Amino acid sequence: MNHALTLITFIPIAGMVVVLALPQAMKDICKWIAAAATAVQLLIAIWLYRSFDTATTAIQFAEKHDWIPSYHITYFMGVDGISISMVLLTALICFISVFASFSITRAEKAYYALLLMLDAGMMGVFVSLDFFLFYIFWEVMLLPMYFLIGIWGGPRREYAAIKFFLYTLLGSVLILLAMLGLYYYGAQSTFDMTVLASNASHYSTTFQRIVWIALFIGFAIKIPAFPFHTWLPDAHVEAPTAISVILAGVLLKMGTYGILRVNFAILPEATHQLAWLFLGVIGTINIVYGAMCAMAQTDYKKLIAYSSISHMGYVMLGCASFTAAGINGAVLQMFNHGTVTAMLFILVGVIYDRAHHREIAGFGGLAQQMPLYAGMTGFAFFAGMGLPGMSAFISEVLVLIGAWQTHPLMTVFGAATAILTAGYLLWTYQRIYLGPFNEKYAGYADLTFREAFTLVPLAIIVLILGVYPHAVLGLLNTSLVHLNQIVLSTPGPAVALLH
Amino acid sequence: MNVEFAALALILVFPALGVIFNLFFGARLGRGAVNLVGPGVMFLAFAVSTWAFVKILAMPAGGALYCPLWRWIEAGSFHVELGLRVDALSGVMVMVVTGVGSFIHLYSVGYMAHDEDYARFFTYMNLFALSMLILVLADNILMMFVGWEGVGLCSYLLIAFWYTNPEFAYNGRKAFIVNRIGDAGFVLGILTILSALAHHGVWTLNFVEIQSHAGLIGTTAATAAGLLLFLGATGKSAQIPLYVWLPDAMVGPTPVSALIHAATMVTAGVYMVARLNFLYMLAPDAMAVVATIGALTAFFAGTIAIVQPDIKRVLAYSTVSQLGYMFLGVGSGAFAAGIFHVMTHAFFKGLLFLCAGSVIHALEGEQDMNKMGALRKRLPITFWTMFIATLAITAVPGFSGYFSKDLILEGAYESGHFWLWLLGAITAGVTGFYMFRLIFMTFFGESRVEADKLHHVHESPPVMTIPLIVLAVFAAIGGWVGLPEGLLWGDAFARFLSPVVGNFKPAVEASPAMLSAIATGLGGLGILLAYVCYLRMPGLPVIAAWRAKALYDLLLEKYRIDELYNLIVTRPLFFISDQVLNRGVDRMVIDGAANGAGLVVEAGGEAARRAETGNVQHYAFVYLLGVIGIVAYYLYLVIR
Repeated sequence: MNHALTLITFIPIAGMVVVLALPQAMKDICKWIAAAATAVQLLIAIWLYRSFDTATTAIQFAEKHDWIPSYHITYFMGVDGISISMVLLTALICFISVFASFSITRAEKAYYALLLMLDAGMMGVFVSLDFFLFYIFWEVMLLPMYFLIGIWGGPRREYAAIKFFLYTLLGSVLILLAMLGLYYYGAQSTFDMTVLASNASHYSTTFQRIVWIALFIGFAIKIPAFPFHTWLPDAHVEAPTAISVILAGVLLKMGTYGILRVNFAILPEATHQLAWLFLGVIGTINIVYGAMCAMAQTDYKKLIAYSSISHMGYVMLGCASFTAAGINGAVLQMFNHGTVTAMLFILVGVIYDRAHHREIAGFGGLAQQMPLYAGMTGFAFFAGMGLPGMSAFISEVLVLIGAWQTHPLMTVFGAATAILTAGYLLWTYQRIYLGPFNEKYAGYADLTFREAFTLVPLAIIVLILGVYPHAVLGLLNTSLVHLNQIVLSTPGPAVALLH
Repeated sequence: MNVEFAALALILVFPALGVIFNLFFGARLGRGAVNLVGPGVMFLAFAVSTWAFVKILAMPAGGALYCPLWRWIEAGSFHVELGLRVDALSGVMVMVVTGVGSFIHLYSVGYMAHDEDYARFFTYMNLFALSMLILVLADNILMMFVGWEGVGLCSYLLIAFWYTNPEFAYNGRKAFIVNRIGDAGFVLGILTILSALAHHGVWTLNFVEIQSHAGLIGTTAATAAGLLLFLGATGKSAQIPLYVWLPDAMVGPTPVSALIHAATMVTAGVYMVARLNFLYMLAPDAMAVVATIGALTAFFAGTIAIVQPDIKRVLAYSTVSQLGYMFLGVGSGAFAAGIFHVMTHAFFKGLLFLCAGSVIHALEGEQDMNKMGALRKRLPITFWTMFIATLAITAVPGFSGYFSKDLILEGAYESGHFWLWLLGAITAGVTGFYMFRLIFMTFFGESRVEADKLHHVHESPPVMTIPLIVLAVFAAIGGWVGLPEGLLWGDAFARFLSPVVGNFKPAVEASPAMLSAIATGLGGLGILLAYVCYLRMPGLPVIAAWRAKALYDLLLEKYRIDELYNLIVTRPLFFISDQVLNRGVDRMVIDGAANGAGLVVEAGGEAARRAETGNVQHYAFVYLLGVIGIVAYYLYLVIR
C-alpha cells in the first residue's frame, strides 16, 4: 500500500461523490454509504497503526509528487508518531459520528456529503507535510463545518456558524501569512515542512517570533485558547450531536497539532522562548477558566463545551513543559480528550433527542427511567474527571509530571482544577440523573442499540488506554522525544519568569 | 528475601470477576447467584491472602512476596511498572481487608435482602474491595493512587446508593469532592518525590526503590512531599480540616459504613504514612504536623460524638476520633502501633457498625437513639457483640483496643509530645463516655421505641449474626498479638512489622504501666460518668444541656464547620464562577468585543449586500475580505 495516505484521505471524497450522485429517492442509503466510507477509512487507519514502526523518527508511508513546481509546491504526505495517533483518532471519531448522525432527517444527501468532505479535510491536515497542502486541507474543513452548523443547527445556528466562521477565518489568514513569510524569507523557497524544519536557523529571531505568534493565534483559535474560545460554546450548543462530536473530538486537536507540527518543528527557538507564556500561562488559564465557567452553565451541552476548553488546557501545559513526560502526556491527552468528549457529546445528544431541551435544572432522577444511559454517563463523567484506570488519568498525570519539572506553580493550578472538574461534573450528574424522578420524562426509552453502538467502542478504548496506555504512547514517544530535543537544543527564554 | 508469587494476582482477579459478574449478569441471574458470588469472591480472595500471609510468616524476617504485572506507562525516562507486593505491612492490611471484608459482604446478604438493587450493591462492594486491594498491594505510589481514587469512587457510589433521595446524592458528591481536595495534594506529593529523585537521574515511583534512594531526597523535598501526601490522608482518612464528609457518609447502607467508612478505606491514609515511613523519618516537621493533627482530630471529633442523637453519627465521629489516634501514633514514629490500631479498629469498629445496622434493621430504619432503649433482651446477640466491641474501643484492659491504644499513647509520650499525649489520654475518657452513652441509650433503660415498631423488633438472621460473632471474637482477643513487652510472647506484632517500618525509638523515658494506668483510669471515669448520666440519673443530661445551651448547641451542630466552609469556600467560588467569569469576562468582555467586531463586519455585509445582488452570504463577504488581505500582502511584497 504505497498510497495508503492518499487513500485514507480521499476515501471520504469518493463517498461524497457517490452520495451526491444518488437520486433523491435513494436518500435513505446516504448514511450507509457514509458509514461504508468511514469504515474503510477506519480499517486503513488500523492497518497503518499496525504497520507503523514505533522505533524511528523518520516519516513513514511517505508519498511525494510535484504539484505546482513553479512555486515548489508538492503533494507531500507522510506520518510520524504524532500524526499517526491523530489519523487513528480522526478515522475512529468520523466512523462513530456517522452513526451518531442517524437522527438527522433533513436534507440527508447534503448532510452526509458535507460530513464526508469535512472528514477528508481533517484527515488531509494530519497527513500533509507540505505546508501549502496542509493549508488547503485546513481551509477545506472550514466550509462544511460552517454549513453543518448553519443549516442543521439549533435555533441560533446562524449566529453560531458565523461566529465560528469569522474566528476560524481570522486564524486561517494569520496562518496563511505566516506560511508565506516562511516561504519567502527562508533559505530556500519551499513549503516542505521537513525542509523548513531543518532551515529554522536562517530566520532572524524577531522574524521567528512574529511568525510564531501569528501561527500561534491561528492555531490557538482552534484549540480554543483563552481569550479566543467564545466561539466554541456557541458552536457546540447549536451544532447537531454528530457535528459536536467531530468538533470536540477532532477539530480542536488541529490547533495543538498545528502548534507541534509547525511552531515546534519549524520554529524551535521561538518555541523555546515563547512557550512558557503562550502555552504555559494561557494553557493554565484555559484549565482553570474553563472549569470555572463550566460550573456556571445551565445548559448541559454548554457545560461540556467549557469542560473541553479546560481539558485542552492540559495539552497546552504539557507542550510547554519541554519534558518527555509532559509532551507525551499532551498528545495522549489530545487522543483521550477526543474519545471522552465524543462520548460526552453523544450522551448529551441522547437526552436532547428525547426531551428537546438541555436545561440541566429541568431534569432530575433520570437514572430511574434510563439506567443504562445514566450508567454510561457516569462512566464518561468519571473518565472526564481523569479517574485512574481510565485513559485521561494517564495523560493528565503525565502532563502534570512533565510540567512540574519546569512550571511548578502552573502545575499546582492544573492539579487543583481536578477538584473543580469533579465538582461541576458530579453536580451536573446529580441534577440530571439523581434525586426524585421527574414524572415529565416517564416513558423515555433507555439507550437504543444504535446509541450504545456509538458509545461502547469509545468506552472500551477509554478503559484499555487506562490500563495499557502504551497502545498509543508507544506511537508517540520516539517522535516526541526527538521533537523535544530539537526545541531544547535552542537557546532558552531569557526571562525565567514563573519558573 | 523476595519471592515471586504469581498467585498474588488472584487476590485482585477474584473481586474483579465479581464486579464483572454482578454488573453484567447479576440482575439477570437473580438474587441467589449474586448472594453467592458477591461474598464468594471475597472469601476466595481471603483464602489466597491467608495463603500468602502464611508464606510470609514462614519466611525469615523482612521477607516479601511480589508479582510483577506489566509496564504501565512509559514516556521518555519516566516509566511505571505495575506490580504487587506483600510484605509484613501490606500482609497485615490485606488480611484485614479481605478478612473483615468477607464477613461484611456476608452480612450484607441479610441486610440487603429487601432491596431490589442488590446486584448493583454487590457490584459496587466488589469494586470497592478490588480498589482497596490495589491500594494495599501496589508496589509503587502511582498504582497506590489508582486504588486511592478507586475507593473514593466506590465510596461515592455507595453513599449515594439510594440516589433518589437528594440528600443522599448530595452527601455522596460531598464525599468525593472533599476527597478530591486531598487527592490533589496527594498527586503533588507524588510529583515532589518523583522530581526530587529525577533531579539525581533516578526515575522511579516504586516503594522499594524510593526507599533505597531515600538519601537523595533532601529534607525540604521530604517535608513538602510528606505534607502534601498527608493532605491526601486528611481527605481519605477524615482528619482536620477535611473530615467533614465522613459523618455525612453515614446515609449509605450500613454494611458500607462498616466496611468502607470504618474498617478499611478510611485507614488508607494511615497505611500510606506507614508505607512511606522512611520518607516521613526524613521530615520531622511533617511528622509533627501528622501527630498534632491526629491528636486534635481525636479530641475534637470525640467531643462532637458526645451529644449526637443518631447512632451511626456517634460511630462516625468516633471513627474520625479513632483515626486521629492512628495518626498520632504514626506521627510520633510509632508506625507499628498505628497499624496495630488500624487492625483492632477494623475489628471493633466494623463490628460496632454491623451491630448498629442490626439494631436499625430490627427497628425498620430507625437511627435516633432517643427512640431506642431496653433492646438488650430483644436483640441478645447484637447486644453482647456490641458490648464486647464497646469494651474494645474504650480500651478496657484485655480487649483488643486496649493494647493498640496504649501503644499509641506510649509512643506519643515517649516521642516527646507531652501535650499531644495528654490530649489523647483525655480523649480516652471522652471515648468511654460517648460509647457507653450509646450502649445505655440503645440497650438499657426504658424502651422509647415507637409503638408500631415495637412488636416487629426481632434479632437478625444468622447470615447477619454470624459475622457479628466472628468479629466479636477478634475484637476481644485480636489485640493479644501485641502484648506488653515481657508478657508471654510480648509485642509480636511490632516485631513482625519492624523490618518494614523500623523500630520505635523513644526520646523520653517513661513508665508504660503508669501511662497505661492514667489512660485507662480516664476511660473508666468516662464510663462512670455515662453510667451516672444515662442510667442512674437520666434527667441529668437534659439539665446539663439546658444549663450550657450554647456549648451544647455548638457540639450538636458540629462546631458549625460545614457552614463556615460554605461561607468562605463554596459561595465565593460560585460567585466568581458565575458572576465574575461567566457573565463578566466571558459574555461581557470577550463576547462583547467579538460581537462588536461582528457588528462592524455585519454593517459592511449589509453595505455589500445592497451594492451587489442583495443575496451575498456573510461568509462569502468575509472570505472576500480575506482574499483582499492576501492580495494586499502580495502587493506589499512586490512594491517593497
